[in-house]
Amino acid sequence: MHPAPPPLIRIENLTLGYDRHPAVHHLSGDIPAGALVAVIGPNGAGKSTLLKGIAGELRPIGGRILMPGLLPGALAYLPQRGEIDHSFPVSVFDVVAMGLWREIGAFGGLSRQQRQRVREALAAVGMSGFEARPIGSLSGGQLQRARFARLMLQDAPLILLDEPFAAIDSRTVDDLVQLILGWHREGRTVLTVVHDFEQVRRHFPTCLLLSREPVAFGPTAQVLTPEMLARARRLSEAFDEDAPECHIEQPAQALPPDAGPHAHGHAHHHEHGSHRH
Amino acid sequence: MIRSRCAANAHPFIVTEFLLAPFTDFAFMRRALAGCLALALGATPVGVFLLLRRMSLMGDAMSHAILPGAALGYLAFGLSLGAMTIGGIVAGIVVVLAAGLVTRASVLKEDASLAAFYLLSLAAGVMIVSLRGRNLDLLHVLFGSVLALDDGSLLLIASIASVTLFCLAVLFRPLVMECFDPAFLRGISRWSPVAHYGFLMLVVLNLVSGFHALGTLMAVGIMILPSAAARLWARGLPALLLLAVLFAFGSGVAGLLLSFHADVPAGPAIVLVCGLVYFVSLLAAPGGLLVARLPVRHHLES
Repeated sequence: MHPAPPPLIRIENLTLGYDRHPAVHHLSGDIPAGALVAVIGPNGAGKSTLLKGIAGELRPIGGRILMPGLLPGALAYLPQRGEIDHSFPVSVFDVVAMGLWREIGAFGGLSRQQRQRVREALAAVGMSGFEARPIGSLSGGQLQRARFARLMLQDAPLILLDEPFAAIDSRTVDDLVQLILGWHREGRTVLTVVHDFEQVRRHFPTCLLLSREPVAFGPTAQVLTPEMLARARRLSEAFDEDAPECHIEQPAQALPPDAGPHAHGHAHHHEHGSHRH
Repeated sequence: MIRSRCAANAHPFIVTEFLLAPFTDFAFMRRALAGCLALALGATPVGVFLLLRRMSLMGDAMSHAILPGAALGYLAFGLSLGAMTIGGIVAGIVVVLAAGLVTRASVLKEDASLAAFYLLSLAAGVMIVSLRGRNLDLLHVLFGSVLALDDGSLLLIASIASVTLFCLAVLFRPLVMECFDPAFLRGISRWSPVAHYGFLMLVVLNLVSGFHALGTLMAVGIMILPSAAARLWARGLPALLLLAVLFAFGSGVAGLLLSFHADVPAGPAIVLVCGLVYFVSLLAAPGGLLVARLPVRHHLES
């Protein structure tokens, strides 16, 4: 699917989930460096879970995610619901400057040039003049713009965005999409959870369609087809509390000791669409 | 602050007699004043962060949690500063870690597990003290002895204040980020647990410090009340910290004078003045209650 350069992210038969129930089931695939991937699928399809897994916030219950070329911390992750405390007395400038952590750490001061970069990041998201405003006084869209500005300053080669356009007006969405396309042009790898298929068709060259089971991964035109979408809808069913353990025959078994019966080896082919587990 | 406010409309003689003489004439009042200054500088900034992290009640719970440790020190060595201090610190750390463990390993949230620990600790502490002690000692432990600070206690309180200021300076940025957006801090660095547990250690240290001066029941008063009052006035964090320290020290001075002239216990007097500042702020401050009742000011153009 993606020849040429070695992948930035290699996903090997990955299963992620909660309480042993898989939310991402037997996903394999390579994401090349510089890719702009839209992660799509119905609610509960495991899109956020996949991003959490790549960000390292969720331990796989099977398979693995390899990112050989990526230094730890070289990843910027924008969760869907941050844990931001809106009543905390910090200014917009301070919040955006937090994106410079990798450069200044816990003790370093901000140089004049870094202050300038904070202001430029705010300007890039259309929030010049908001520097001194308390973070709690921002609207939802403005807060999202500020989070994007902070993300820009993190200067990460891999960027994970979890539904960055949820509850955001169309003008802000357009601005944020332009930023994402800019990052793509700069050669960064971007994975974004998106719901608007029109947007995906227009802007995202690559698409990963999930429905707990991986449905399709590849060029957007081949993924966003009525057949694929229909299949994704069929697959999205509720957790079955009494689901039996998943025993899919695996060729090579390299199980971590505590993974139990639900761990899977790799190199599994993903065509068991109607498989119940 | 308090002093200058009063001076504006008072006779100079009264000013000296009521406000200065207690401190110039009596060494124990000067020591108490120094103790209050140290507490205001150390414990109150910690209280500001407790307040911002919505952990005010947790601070209260932890202040009770140090009691059985201090009581065991007391049981073994009598009213010994070192033994009660170390006992209190150890007990505080044990309860913090135990509550953290229970929170992570069970379905109980942190507040529930702390409430359980602190109730048990308070009961155990009072029981242990009364096993051997006289009622006077129990009063000392519960309400402190800011008017009887000896060299050792004063040095301890001042040292803890210094350590606290140093640690807060070192931890400031990670701590602010841990309060404001813990998920973000976890994502980009390993400082999150350092900030969290380092901060809890500071809380324990300052509760022990406050415990010597104000007693276990009121140590939290000088941490939380000035912070809450300052939060109603200040919009930025630096202003909030500064104002809280000023409120705490001002309340300390006023409480000591109240205690001296009205012959009431100093610890409760200080905390009551803190409470007075809080209620006045609650009414008058921009973040308080009366603002909503005032006529609406004409809005700005943009």
